[in-house]
Amino acid sequence: MKNIFLQQDAIVSPLGFTTSENLQAVKEQKSGLKFYENPRAATGGYYSGIIDPELLAAEFSRIGNPIHFTKLEQMMLLAAHRVIQDNPQIDLEKTILIVSSTKGNIDLLDDPQNFPEDRLNLNSLAQVIKSFFGFGKQPIIVSNACISGGLAVTIAKRFIQAGKFDSALVVAGDLVTDFVISGFQSFQALSNAPCKPFSKNRNGINLGEAAAAILINSKNNAKVNIALIGDATANDANHISGPSRTGEGLFKSIQSALKEANLSATQIEYLSAHGTATVFNDEMEAIAFNRAGLAQVPVNSYKAIYGHTLGASALIETILTKHSLLNNELYPSLNFEELGVSQPIKVIEKFEERELQFALKTASGFGGCNLAMVLKKIENG
Amino acid sequence: MDRSKAPYYITKSVHIRQNSILLNGNSVLSFPSKMELHQFLKVTYKDLELNYPKYHKMDSLCKLGILATCVLLKDQKVDLETALVLSNASSSLDIDRKHQHAMAGIVSPAIFVYTLPNIVLGEISIKYGLQSENAFFIEDKFNSELLTNYSEVLIASKKASSVVCGWIELKNDEYDVFLCLISSKGEVPFSKETLEELYRFKNE
Repeated sequence: MKNIFLQQDAIVSPLGFTTSENLQAVKEQKSGLKFYENPRAATGGYYSGIIDPELLAAEFSRIGNPIHFTKLEQMMLLAAHRVIQDNPQIDLEKTILIVSSTKGNIDLLDDPQNFPEDRLNLNSLAQVIKSFFGFGKQPIIVSNACISGGLAVTIAKRFIQAGKFDSALVVAGDLVTDFVISGFQSFQALSNAPCKPFSKNRNGINLGEAAAAILINSKNNAKVNIALIGDATANDANHISGPSRTGEGLFKSIQSALKEANLSATQIEYLSAHGTATVFNDEMEAIAFNRAGLAQVPVNSYKAIYGHTLGASALIETILTKHSLLNNELYPSLNFEELGVSQPIKVIEKFEERELQFALKTASGFGGCNLAMVLKKIENG
Repeated sequence: MDRSKAPYYITKSVHIRQNSILLNGNSVLSFPSKMELHQFLKVTYKDLELNYPKYHKMDSLCKLGILATCVLLKDQKVDLETALVLSNASSSLDIDRKHQHAMAGIVSPAIFVYTLPNIVLGEISIKYGLQSENAFFIEDKFNSELLTNYSEVLIASKKASSVVCGWIELKNDEYDVFLCLISSKGEVPFSKETLEELYRFKNE
Protein backbone atom coordinates (compact mmCIF):
# COMPACT_ATOMS: atom_id res chain seq x y z
CA MET A 1 0.00 0.00 0.00
CA LYS A 2 1.43 3.38 -0.97
CA ASN A 3 2.21 5.90 1.73
CA ILE A 4 -0.02 8.95 2.04
CA PHE A 5 1.68 12.14 3.16
CA LEU A 6 0.57 15.27 4.99
CA GLN A 7 1.91 18.14 2.87
CA GLN A 8 1.67 21.93 3.22
CA ASP A 9 -0.74 23.21 5.84
CA ALA A 10 -2.23 26.41 7.20
CA ILE A 11 -3.89 27.39 10.48
CA VAL A 12 -6.06 30.51 10.83
CA SER A 13 -6.79 31.20 14.50
CA PRO A 14 -6.76 34.01 17.09
CA LEU A 15 -3.02 33.25 17.42
CA GLY A 16 -2.24 34.06 13.80
CA PHE A 17 -3.13 33.49 10.19
CA THR A 18 -0.27 31.14 9.28
CA THR A 19 0.99 27.83 10.67
CA SER A 20 4.33 29.40 11.61
CA GLU A 21 2.68 32.14 13.70
CA ASN A 22 0.56 29.46 15.38
CA LEU A 23 3.57 27.22 16.05
CA GLN A 24 5.47 30.15 17.50
CA ALA A 25 2.57 30.89 19.86
CA VAL A 26 2.35 27.22 20.87
CA LYS A 27 6.09 27.18 21.64
CA GLU A 28 5.79 30.36 23.68
CA GLN A 29 2.77 28.90 25.56
CA LYS A 30 0.54 31.75 24.46
CA SER A 31 -3.20 31.25 24.57
CA GLY A 32 -5.81 32.60 22.18
CA LEU A 33 -8.39 32.52 24.98
CA LYS A 34 -9.78 35.79 26.33
CA PHE A 35 -12.73 36.75 28.48
CA TYR A 36 -15.75 37.85 26.44
CA GLU A 37 -18.89 39.22 27.99
CA ASN A 38 -22.02 37.19 27.39
CA PRO A 39 -25.33 37.73 29.18
CA ARG A 40 -26.00 33.98 29.05
CA ALA A 41 -23.24 33.35 31.57
CA ALA A 42 -23.90 33.58 35.31
CA THR A 43 -20.35 34.89 35.61
CA GLY A 44 -20.99 37.60 33.02
CA GLY A 45 -19.06 35.98 30.22
CA TYR A 46 -16.83 33.19 28.97
CA TYR A 47 -13.24 32.59 28.02
CA SER A 48 -13.22 31.87 24.30
CA GLY A 49 -10.80 31.89 21.39
CA ILE A 50 -12.33 34.40 18.99
CA ILE A 51 -10.79 35.83 15.81
CA ASP A 52 -10.96 39.63 15.59
CA PRO A 53 -13.30 40.19 12.61
CA GLU A 54 -11.55 43.40 11.55
CA LEU A 55 -8.10 41.84 11.54
CA LEU A 56 -9.54 38.92 9.61
CA ALA A 57 -11.25 41.13 7.03
CA ALA A 58 -8.06 43.15 6.58
CA GLU A 59 -6.06 39.99 5.94
CA PHE A 60 -8.79 38.56 3.71
CA SER A 61 -8.99 41.72 1.57
CA ARG A 62 -5.66 40.68 0.02
CA ILE A 63 -7.40 37.79 -1.72
CA GLY A 64 -11.06 38.86 -1.93
CA ASN A 65 -13.73 41.31 -0.87
CA PRO A 66 -14.73 40.49 2.71
CA ILE A 67 -18.23 41.92 2.18
CA HIS A 68 -19.13 38.96 -0.02
CA PHE A 69 -18.09 36.28 2.48
CA THR A 70 -19.14 35.24 5.96
CA LYS A 71 -16.58 35.22 8.76
CA LEU A 72 -16.23 31.45 8.59
CA GLU A 73 -15.82 31.54 4.80
CA GLN A 74 -13.09 34.18 5.11
CA MET A 75 -11.25 31.99 7.63
CA MET A 76 -11.53 28.82 5.56
CA LEU A 77 -10.70 30.57 2.26
CA LEU A 78 -7.61 32.16 3.83
CA ALA A 79 -6.40 28.79 5.10
CA ALA A 80 -7.04 27.08 1.75
CA HIS A 81 -5.47 29.97 -0.16
CA ARG A 82 -2.27 29.68 1.85
CA VAL A 83 -1.89 26.00 0.97
CA ILE A 84 -2.74 26.49 -2.71
CA GLN A 85 -0.32 29.42 -2.94
CA ASP A 86 2.45 27.23 -1.49
CA ASN A 87 1.74 24.60 -4.18
CA PRO A 88 1.83 26.27 -7.59
CA GLN A 89 1.81 22.82 -9.21
CA ILE A 90 -1.52 21.84 -7.61
CA ASP A 91 -4.01 20.55 -10.22
CA LEU A 92 -7.40 21.91 -9.16
CA GLU A 93 -9.16 19.75 -11.76
CA LYS A 94 -7.90 16.55 -10.16
CA THR A 95 -7.66 17.55 -6.50
CA ILE A 96 -10.64 16.64 -4.37
CA LEU A 97 -11.75 19.36 -1.96
CA ILE A 98 -12.88 17.91 1.37
CA VAL A 99 -14.69 20.37 3.61
CA SER A 100 -15.23 19.66 7.28
CA SER A 101 -17.38 21.56 9.76
CA THR A 102 -19.84 20.75 12.51
CA LYS A 103 -22.07 23.82 12.30
CA GLY A 104 -20.76 25.84 9.34
CA ASN A 105 -22.46 29.23 9.02
CA ILE A 106 -24.99 28.43 11.76
CA ASP A 107 -24.87 32.05 12.97
CA LEU A 108 -26.91 32.91 9.83
CA LEU A 109 -29.87 30.95 11.21
CA ASP A 110 -30.65 33.77 13.61
CA ASP A 111 -29.45 36.63 11.42
CA PRO A 112 -28.92 35.94 7.69
CA GLN A 113 -27.07 39.30 7.41
CA ASN A 114 -27.02 40.12 3.70
CA PHE A 115 -26.70 36.55 2.55
CA PRO A 116 -29.30 34.33 0.85
CA GLU A 117 -31.19 32.01 3.21
CA ASP A 118 -29.52 28.81 2.02
CA ARG A 119 -26.04 30.19 2.78
CA LEU A 120 -26.12 28.45 6.18
CA ASN A 121 -26.27 25.05 4.46
CA LEU A 122 -22.94 23.18 4.50
CA ASN A 123 -23.35 22.55 0.75
CA SER A 124 -23.25 26.31 0.17
CA LEU A 125 -20.11 26.62 2.29
CA ALA A 126 -18.36 23.99 0.18
CA GLN A 127 -19.59 25.58 -3.07
CA VAL A 128 -18.19 28.96 -1.99
CA ILE A 129 -14.74 27.39 -1.45
CA LYS A 130 -14.98 25.38 -4.68
CA SER A 131 -15.86 28.41 -6.85
CA PHE A 132 -13.41 30.77 -5.15
CA PHE A 133 -10.47 28.65 -6.31
CA GLY A 134 -12.08 26.89 -9.30
CA PHE A 135 -11.93 23.27 -8.16
CA GLY A 136 -13.11 20.91 -10.92
CA LYS A 137 -14.70 18.20 -8.80
CA GLN A 138 -17.74 18.34 -6.55
CA PRO A 139 -16.46 18.74 -2.99
CA ILE A 140 -16.94 16.11 -0.29
CA ILE A 141 -18.36 17.43 3.00
CA VAL A 142 -17.81 15.66 6.31
CA SER A 143 -19.87 16.61 9.36
CA ASN A 144 -19.20 14.15 12.15
CA ALA A 145 -19.10 16.20 15.36
CA CYS A 146 -15.75 16.93 16.98
CA ILE A 147 -13.78 14.31 15.05
CA SER A 148 -14.75 15.93 11.69
CA GLY A 149 -11.43 17.63 10.87
CA GLY A 150 -9.41 14.47 11.53
CA LEU A 151 -11.97 12.21 9.89
CA ALA A 152 -11.70 14.35 6.74
CA VAL A 153 -7.94 13.63 6.68
CA THR A 154 -8.50 9.88 7.05
CA ILE A 155 -11.16 9.93 4.32
CA ALA A 156 -8.66 11.70 2.03
CA LYS A 157 -6.03 9.07 2.83
CA ARG A 158 -8.41 6.17 2.26
CA PHE A 159 -9.66 7.51 -1.09
CA ILE A 160 -6.15 8.31 -2.37
CA GLN A 161 -4.84 4.92 -1.26
CA ALA A 162 -7.72 3.23 -3.11
CA GLY A 163 -6.82 5.17 -6.25
CA LYS A 164 -10.05 7.20 -6.32
CA PHE A 165 -8.20 10.55 -6.28
CA ASP A 166 -4.61 11.77 -6.73
CA SER A 167 -4.65 14.39 -4.04
CA ALA A 168 -6.96 16.11 -1.59
CA LEU A 169 -7.20 19.53 -0.02
CA VAL A 170 -8.86 19.22 3.38
CA VAL A 171 -10.32 22.46 4.77
CA ALA A 172 -11.92 22.57 8.21
CA GLY A 173 -13.51 25.38 10.20
CA ASP A 174 -16.00 26.29 12.90
CA LEU A 175 -17.11 29.46 14.70
CA VAL A 176 -17.87 30.43 18.27
CA THR A 177 -21.59 31.17 18.11
CA ASP A 178 -24.38 31.78 20.60
CA PHE A 179 -26.00 28.68 19.12
CA VAL A 180 -23.19 26.46 20.42
CA ILE A 181 -22.44 28.48 23.58
CA SER A 182 -26.06 28.21 24.74
CA GLY A 183 -26.07 24.47 24.09
CA PHE A 184 -22.86 23.69 25.98
CA GLN A 185 -24.03 25.98 28.74
CA SER A 186 -27.24 23.94 29.06
CA PHE A 187 -24.98 20.92 29.63
CA GLN A 188 -23.07 22.96 32.22
CA ALA A 189 -19.97 22.02 30.25
CA LEU A 190 -18.44 25.51 29.95
CA SER A 191 -15.63 26.50 32.28
CA ASN A 192 -15.72 29.95 33.88
CA ALA A 193 -11.91 30.16 33.59
CA PRO A 194 -9.28 29.17 31.03
CA CYS A 195 -9.65 25.38 30.74
CA LYS A 196 -7.24 22.94 32.42
CA PRO A 197 -7.14 19.65 30.49
CA PHE A 198 -6.36 16.56 32.59
CA SER A 199 -5.94 18.66 35.75
CA LYS A 200 -7.54 17.94 39.11
CA ASN A 201 -9.54 21.17 39.22
CA ARG A 202 -10.66 21.18 35.59
CA ASN A 203 -14.28 22.17 35.25
CA GLY A 204 -15.20 22.26 31.60
CA ILE A 205 -14.40 23.51 28.16
CA ASN A 206 -13.75 26.85 26.47
CA LEU A 207 -14.99 27.28 22.92
CA GLY A 208 -12.74 28.51 20.16
CA GLU A 209 -12.93 29.33 16.49
CA ALA A 210 -10.38 28.50 13.82
CA ALA A 211 -9.89 27.18 10.32
CA ALA A 212 -7.18 24.97 8.92
CA ALA A 213 -6.20 23.41 5.61
CA ILE A 214 -3.83 20.69 4.49
CA LEU A 215 -2.82 19.11 1.21
CA ILE A 216 -2.69 15.32 1.17
CA ASN A 217 -1.16 13.12 -1.54
CA SER A 218 1.33 10.31 -2.13
CA LYS A 219 4.31 12.46 -3.21
CA ASN A 220 7.36 12.22 -0.97
CA ASN A 221 9.24 15.12 -2.55
CA ALA A 222 10.58 16.67 0.60
CA LYS A 223 13.65 15.39 2.42
CA VAL A 224 11.52 14.53 5.42
CA ASN A 225 7.83 13.58 5.06
CA ILE A 226 5.04 12.80 7.48
CA ALA A 227 2.82 9.88 6.50
CA LEU A 228 -0.56 8.81 7.86
CA ILE A 229 0.02 5.08 8.26
CA GLY A 230 -2.96 3.92 10.30
CA ASP A 231 -6.39 5.28 11.12
CA ALA A 232 -9.71 4.14 12.46
CA THR A 233 -12.99 5.40 13.83
CA ALA A 234 -15.08 3.50 16.34
CA ASN A 235 -18.38 4.32 17.97
CA ASP A 236 -18.85 3.87 21.72
CA ALA A 237 -22.37 2.47 21.15
CA ASN A 238 -23.03 3.71 24.66
CA HIS A 239 -24.40 7.25 24.93
CA ILE A 240 -24.91 10.12 22.48
CA SER A 241 -23.73 12.98 24.70
CA GLY A 242 -21.52 11.35 27.34
CA PRO A 243 -18.29 9.46 26.77
CA SER A 244 -18.11 5.73 27.53
CA ARG A 245 -16.93 5.08 31.08
CA THR A 246 -14.56 2.41 29.82
CA GLY A 247 -13.30 4.44 26.86
CA GLU A 248 -14.51 1.62 24.64
CA GLY A 249 -14.69 3.34 21.26
CA LEU A 250 -11.49 5.33 21.73
CA PHE A 251 -9.65 2.21 22.86
CA LYS A 252 -10.94 0.28 19.88
CA SER A 253 -10.03 3.02 17.39
CA ILE A 254 -6.48 3.18 18.81
CA GLN A 255 -6.12 -0.61 18.57
CA SER A 256 -7.30 -0.63 14.95
CA ALA A 257 -5.11 2.30 13.91
CA LEU A 258 -2.01 0.71 15.52
CA LYS A 259 -2.81 -2.58 13.83
CA GLU A 260 -2.98 -0.99 10.39
CA ALA A 261 0.27 0.87 11.14
CA ASN A 262 1.79 -2.43 12.25
CA LEU A 263 3.05 -0.81 15.46
CA SER A 264 2.78 -1.59 19.13
CA ALA A 265 1.76 1.08 21.65
CA THR A 266 5.31 1.16 23.05
CA GLN A 267 6.58 2.55 19.74
CA ILE A 268 4.39 5.67 19.97
CA GLU A 269 6.55 8.58 21.13
CA TYR A 270 3.99 11.36 21.34
CA LEU A 271 0.22 11.41 21.84
CA SER A 272 -1.95 14.38 20.89
CA ALA A 273 -5.11 13.92 22.95
CA HIS A 274 -8.56 15.47 22.56
CA GLY A 275 -8.41 16.77 26.17
CA THR A 276 -11.46 19.03 26.34
CA ALA A 277 -11.11 19.51 30.12
CA THR A 278 -14.57 18.25 31.00
CA VAL A 279 -14.48 15.90 33.99
CA PHE A 280 -15.87 12.94 32.03
CA ASN A 281 -14.02 13.34 28.74
CA ASP A 282 -10.52 13.57 30.19
CA GLU A 283 -11.21 10.67 32.55
CA MET A 284 -12.47 8.56 29.65
CA GLU A 285 -9.35 9.35 27.61
CA ALA A 286 -7.04 8.43 30.50
CA ILE A 287 -8.82 5.07 30.84
CA ALA A 288 -8.64 4.36 27.10
CA PHE A 289 -4.95 5.38 26.91
CA ASN A 290 -4.14 3.06 29.83
CA ARG A 291 -6.05 0.16 28.32
CA ALA A 292 -4.13 0.73 25.08
CA GLY A 293 -0.74 0.69 26.86
CA LEU A 294 -0.06 4.41 26.33
CA ALA A 295 0.30 5.44 29.99
CA GLN A 296 4.01 6.25 29.53
CA VAL A 297 3.68 8.21 26.28
CA PRO A 298 4.13 12.01 26.52
CA VAL A 299 0.66 13.49 25.94
CA ASN A 300 -0.77 16.99 25.59
CA SER A 301 -4.01 18.82 24.84
CA TYR A 302 -4.16 22.04 22.80
CA LYS A 303 -7.56 23.07 24.16
CA ALA A 304 -6.12 25.61 26.64
CA ILE A 305 -4.42 27.33 23.71
CA TYR A 306 -7.25 27.36 21.16
CA GLY A 307 -10.34 26.40 23.12
CA HIS A 308 -12.43 23.64 21.57
CA THR A 309 -12.64 24.53 17.88
CA LEU A 310 -15.12 21.69 17.20
CA GLY A 311 -14.86 20.50 13.57
CA ALA A 312 -11.51 22.25 13.11
CA SER A 313 -9.85 20.94 16.28
CA ALA A 314 -8.74 17.50 15.09
CA LEU A 315 -7.25 18.99 11.90
CA ILE A 316 -5.38 21.75 13.74
CA GLU A 317 -4.04 19.22 16.24
CA THR A 318 -3.02 16.86 13.43
CA ILE A 319 -1.11 19.72 11.80
CA LEU A 320 0.60 20.57 15.11
CA THR A 321 1.44 16.88 15.59
CA LYS A 322 2.97 16.81 12.12
CA HIS A 323 5.21 19.76 13.07
CA SER A 324 6.12 18.14 16.40
CA LEU A 325 7.50 15.20 14.43
CA LEU A 326 9.25 17.39 11.84
CA ASN A 327 10.82 19.65 14.48
CA ASN A 328 11.52 16.88 17.02
CA GLU A 329 9.77 18.97 19.65
CA LEU A 330 7.24 18.19 22.36
CA TYR A 331 4.95 21.09 23.28
CA PRO A 332 3.63 21.43 26.84
CA SER A 333 -0.03 21.02 27.76
CA LEU A 334 -0.92 24.59 28.74
CA ASN A 335 -2.61 25.18 32.13
CA PHE A 336 -1.82 21.67 33.35
CA GLU A 337 -1.62 21.49 37.13
CA GLU A 338 -1.95 18.43 39.33
CA LEU A 339 -3.05 15.27 37.47
CA GLY A 340 -6.78 14.79 37.95
CA VAL A 341 -7.66 11.54 36.22
CA SER A 342 -7.88 8.12 37.87
CA GLN A 343 -5.32 6.46 35.58
CA PRO A 344 -1.68 7.56 35.24
CA ILE A 345 -0.83 9.47 32.08
CA LYS A 346 2.31 11.42 31.24
CA VAL A 347 1.21 14.99 30.54
CA ILE A 348 3.93 17.10 28.91
CA GLU A 349 4.81 19.91 31.33
CA LYS A 350 7.94 21.36 29.75
CA PHE A 351 9.03 22.10 26.20
CA GLU A 352 11.38 19.34 25.15
CA GLU A 353 13.54 18.57 22.13
CA ARG A 354 13.53 14.88 21.42
CA GLU A 355 14.05 12.69 18.35
CA LEU A 356 10.55 11.61 17.24
CA GLN A 357 9.32 9.22 14.58
CA PHE A 358 5.83 7.98 15.55
CA ALA A 359 2.89 9.94 16.94
CA LEU A 360 -0.75 9.21 17.65
CA LYS A 361 -3.59 11.72 17.31
CA THR A 362 -6.97 10.96 18.88
CA ALA A 363 -10.33 12.72 19.03
CA SER A 364 -13.80 12.00 20.37
CA GLY A 365 -17.18 13.63 19.94
CA PHE A 366 -20.92 13.70 20.45
CA GLY A 367 -22.73 10.76 18.95
CA GLY A 368 -20.13 8.49 20.61
CA CYS A 369 -17.62 8.90 17.77
CA ASN A 370 -13.87 8.35 18.26
CA LEU A 371 -10.91 8.66 15.92
CA ALA A 372 -7.26 7.56 16.04
CA MET A 373 -4.53 8.37 13.52
CA VAL A 374 -0.91 7.17 13.51
CA LEU A 375 1.67 9.51 11.94
CA LYS A 376 5.17 8.44 10.92
CA LYS A 377 8.19 10.49 9.95
CA ILE A 378 9.92 9.09 6.87
CA GLU A 379 13.27 10.45 5.70
CA ASN A 380 14.26 10.15 2.05
CA GLY A 381 17.52 8.50 1.05
CA MET B 1 -9.44 -14.77 0.57
CA ASP B 2 -8.85 -11.21 -0.60
CA ARG B 3 -11.96 -9.42 0.52
CA SER B 4 -11.40 -6.64 -1.98
CA LYS B 5 -11.97 -9.12 -4.80
CA ALA B 6 -14.97 -10.85 -3.24
CA PRO B 7 -18.32 -9.87 -4.72
CA TYR B 8 -20.48 -7.58 -2.62
CA TYR B 9 -24.22 -7.17 -2.84
CA ILE B 10 -26.99 -4.82 -1.90
CA THR B 11 -28.46 -7.37 0.50
CA LYS B 12 -31.52 -5.31 1.42
CA SER B 13 -32.85 -1.81 0.98
CA VAL B 14 -35.44 0.30 2.76
CA HIS B 15 -37.29 3.43 1.65
CA ILE B 16 -39.29 5.75 3.87
CA ARG B 17 -41.17 8.17 1.67
CA GLN B 18 -44.57 9.86 1.66
CA ASN B 19 -45.59 8.09 4.85
CA SER B 20 -44.81 4.65 3.45
CA ILE B 21 -42.10 2.19 4.38
CA LEU B 22 -40.85 -0.22 1.75
CA LEU B 23 -38.43 -3.12 2.21
CA ASN B 24 -36.78 -4.24 -1.02
CA GLY B 25 -39.48 -2.35 -2.87
CA ASN B 26 -42.36 -4.10 -1.06
CA SER B 27 -44.69 -2.15 1.16
CA VAL B 28 -44.25 -2.78 4.88
CA LEU B 29 -46.47 0.01 6.18
CA SER B 30 -48.39 2.77 4.51
CA PHE B 31 -50.31 5.76 5.89
CA PRO B 32 -52.20 8.59 4.22
CA SER B 33 -49.75 11.05 2.72
CA LYS B 34 -51.61 13.88 4.48
CA MET B 35 -50.55 12.54 7.89
CA GLU B 36 -48.09 14.88 9.63
CA LEU B 37 -44.54 13.73 10.32
CA HIS B 38 -44.82 13.59 14.12
CA GLN B 39 -47.96 11.47 13.80
CA PHE B 40 -46.32 9.19 11.23
CA LEU B 41 -43.31 8.71 13.54
CA LYS B 42 -45.70 7.72 16.34
CA VAL B 43 -47.93 5.25 14.46
CA THR B 44 -45.06 3.51 12.70
CA TYR B 45 -43.29 2.95 16.02
CA LYS B 46 -46.46 1.31 17.34
CA ASP B 47 -47.21 -0.75 14.25
CA LEU B 48 -43.63 -1.99 13.94
CA GLU B 49 -43.75 -2.97 17.66
CA LEU B 50 -40.31 -1.46 18.23
CA ASN B 51 -40.55 -1.53 22.00
CA TYR B 52 -37.56 0.79 22.36
CA PRO B 53 -38.50 3.55 24.84
CA LYS B 54 -35.39 5.61 24.01
CA TYR B 55 -37.03 6.30 20.66
CA HIS B 56 -39.40 8.81 22.23
CA LYS B 57 -36.54 11.04 23.36
CA MET B 58 -35.04 11.30 19.89
CA ASP B 59 -35.40 14.07 17.35
CA SER B 60 -37.20 13.33 14.07
CA LEU B 61 -34.03 12.63 12.10
CA CYS B 62 -32.91 9.95 14.57
CA LYS B 63 -36.43 8.47 14.70
CA LEU B 64 -36.36 8.11 10.92
CA GLY B 65 -32.94 6.46 11.18
CA ILE B 66 -34.10 4.02 13.84
CA LEU B 67 -37.29 3.14 11.92
CA ALA B 68 -35.31 2.57 8.73
CA THR B 69 -32.65 0.38 10.33
CA CYS B 70 -35.24 -1.61 12.31
CA VAL B 71 -36.97 -2.55 9.05
CA LEU B 72 -33.69 -3.04 7.18
CA LEU B 73 -32.05 -5.24 9.82
CA LYS B 74 -35.12 -7.13 11.03
CA ASP B 75 -34.55 -10.91 11.36
CA GLN B 76 -30.97 -10.31 10.36
CA LYS B 77 -27.86 -11.20 12.30
CA VAL B 78 -26.05 -7.87 12.35
CA ASP B 79 -22.31 -8.29 11.99
CA LEU B 80 -20.54 -6.14 14.61
CA GLU B 81 -18.11 -4.85 11.97
CA THR B 82 -20.95 -3.21 10.03
CA ALA B 83 -19.95 0.37 9.24
CA LEU B 84 -22.48 3.22 9.10
CA VAL B 85 -22.12 5.67 6.21
CA LEU B 86 -25.02 8.09 5.94
CA SER B 87 -25.58 11.36 4.12
CA ASN B 88 -28.09 14.14 3.60
CA ALA B 89 -28.44 17.71 2.34
CA SER B 90 -29.78 19.60 5.33
CA SER B 91 -27.58 18.26 8.14
CA SER B 92 -29.52 18.65 11.42
CA LEU B 93 -31.39 21.78 10.31
CA ASP B 94 -34.77 20.54 11.59
CA ILE B 95 -33.59 20.34 15.22
CA ASP B 96 -31.21 23.31 14.75
CA ARG B 97 -34.30 25.48 14.22
CA LYS B 98 -35.87 24.12 17.41
CA HIS B 99 -32.71 24.89 19.39
CA GLN B 100 -32.50 28.36 17.85
CA HIS B 101 -36.12 28.94 18.84
CA ALA B 102 -35.46 27.74 22.40
CA MET B 103 -32.56 30.18 22.74
CA ALA B 104 -35.05 32.99 23.29
CA GLY B 105 -35.97 31.25 26.57
CA ILE B 106 -34.61 28.16 28.25
CA VAL B 107 -32.28 25.97 26.23
CA SER B 108 -32.65 22.21 26.63
CA PRO B 109 -29.61 19.91 26.49
CA ALA B 110 -32.01 17.18 25.32
CA ILE B 111 -32.57 19.21 22.14
CA PHE B 112 -29.05 20.61 21.72
CA VAL B 113 -27.46 17.15 21.74
CA TYR B 114 -29.27 16.34 18.47
CA THR B 115 -27.94 19.40 16.62
CA LEU B 116 -25.34 17.33 14.75
CA PRO B 117 -26.14 15.07 11.78
CA ASN B 118 -23.98 12.17 13.03
CA ILE B 119 -26.06 11.71 16.20
CA VAL B 120 -28.26 9.34 14.18
CA LEU B 121 -25.14 7.16 13.67
CA GLY B 122 -24.72 7.13 17.44
CA GLU B 123 -28.35 6.14 18.03
CA ILE B 124 -28.15 3.30 15.50
CA SER B 125 -24.81 2.18 16.98
CA ILE B 126 -26.35 2.06 20.47
CA LYS B 127 -29.41 0.11 19.31
CA TYR B 128 -27.32 -2.54 17.56
CA GLY B 129 -24.20 -2.46 19.74
CA LEU B 130 -22.06 -1.43 16.77
CA GLN B 131 -18.60 -0.13 17.76
CA SER B 132 -17.78 0.27 14.11
CA GLU B 133 -16.62 2.84 11.53
CA ASN B 134 -18.88 5.91 11.17
CA ALA B 135 -19.03 8.74 8.66
CA PHE B 136 -21.66 11.35 7.92
CA PHE B 137 -21.46 13.19 4.58
CA ILE B 138 -23.38 16.26 3.44
CA GLU B 139 -24.33 16.38 -0.26
CA ASP B 140 -26.78 18.56 -2.16
CA LYS B 141 -28.52 15.41 -3.41
CA PHE B 142 -28.27 11.63 -3.17
CA ASN B 143 -24.75 10.76 -4.34
CA SER B 144 -24.49 7.08 -5.27
CA GLU B 145 -20.85 7.50 -6.33
CA LEU B 146 -19.62 8.80 -2.97
CA LEU B 147 -21.57 6.20 -0.98
CA THR B 148 -20.38 3.37 -3.23
CA ASN B 149 -16.76 4.53 -3.26
CA TYR B 150 -16.52 5.00 0.49
CA SER B 151 -18.32 1.74 1.30
CA GLU B 152 -16.01 -0.12 -1.10
CA VAL B 153 -12.95 1.48 0.47
CA LEU B 154 -14.06 0.45 3.98
CA ILE B 155 -14.70 -3.14 2.90
CA ALA B 156 -11.58 -3.47 0.73
CA SER B 157 -9.32 -2.10 3.49
CA LYS B 158 -10.98 -4.50 5.97
CA LYS B 159 -12.17 -1.62 8.13
CA ALA B 160 -15.68 -3.07 7.83
CA SER B 161 -17.21 -6.43 6.92
CA SER B 162 -20.45 -4.88 5.73
CA VAL B 163 -21.93 -1.39 5.51
CA VAL B 164 -25.26 0.28 6.11
CA CYS B 165 -25.16 3.23 3.74
CA GLY B 166 -27.68 5.69 2.43
CA TRP B 167 -29.53 8.96 2.52
CA ILE B 168 -31.54 10.43 5.39
CA GLU B 169 -32.88 13.87 4.55
CA LEU B 170 -35.28 15.97 6.62
CA LYS B 171 -36.24 19.57 5.93
CA ASN B 172 -39.44 21.45 6.81
CA ASP B 173 -41.09 18.15 7.81
CA GLU B 174 -40.39 16.76 4.32
CA TYR B 175 -38.25 13.67 4.45
CA ASP B 176 -36.62 11.12 2.18
CA VAL B 177 -34.92 8.04 3.62
CA PHE B 178 -33.14 5.30 1.69
CA LEU B 179 -30.78 2.88 3.45
CA CYS B 180 -29.05 -0.23 2.12
CA LEU B 181 -27.26 -3.11 3.74
CA ILE B 182 -24.13 -3.93 1.76
CA SER B 183 -22.69 -7.37 2.50
CA SER B 184 -21.34 -10.54 0.90
CA LYS B 185 -24.86 -11.99 0.71
CA GLY B 186 -27.54 -11.13 -1.79
CA GLU B 187 -28.51 -11.03 -5.43
CA VAL B 188 -28.17 -7.40 -6.48
CA PRO B 189 -24.48 -6.70 -7.21
CA PHE B 190 -23.30 -3.59 -5.36
CA SER B 191 -22.39 -0.78 -7.74
CA LYS B 192 -22.99 2.91 -8.22
CA GLU B 193 -25.55 2.10 -10.92
CA THR B 194 -27.55 -0.45 -8.91
CA LEU B 195 -27.55 1.83 -5.87
CA GLU B 196 -28.78 4.74 -7.98
CA GLU B 197 -31.46 2.58 -9.58
CA LEU B 198 -32.74 1.36 -6.22
CA TYR B 199 -32.80 4.89 -4.84
CA ARG B 200 -34.85 6.09 -7.82
CA PHE B 201 -37.34 3.24 -7.37
CA LYS B 202 -40.88 4.69 -7.41
CA ASN B 203 -39.31 8.04 -6.63
CA GLU B 204 -40.21 9.71 -9.90
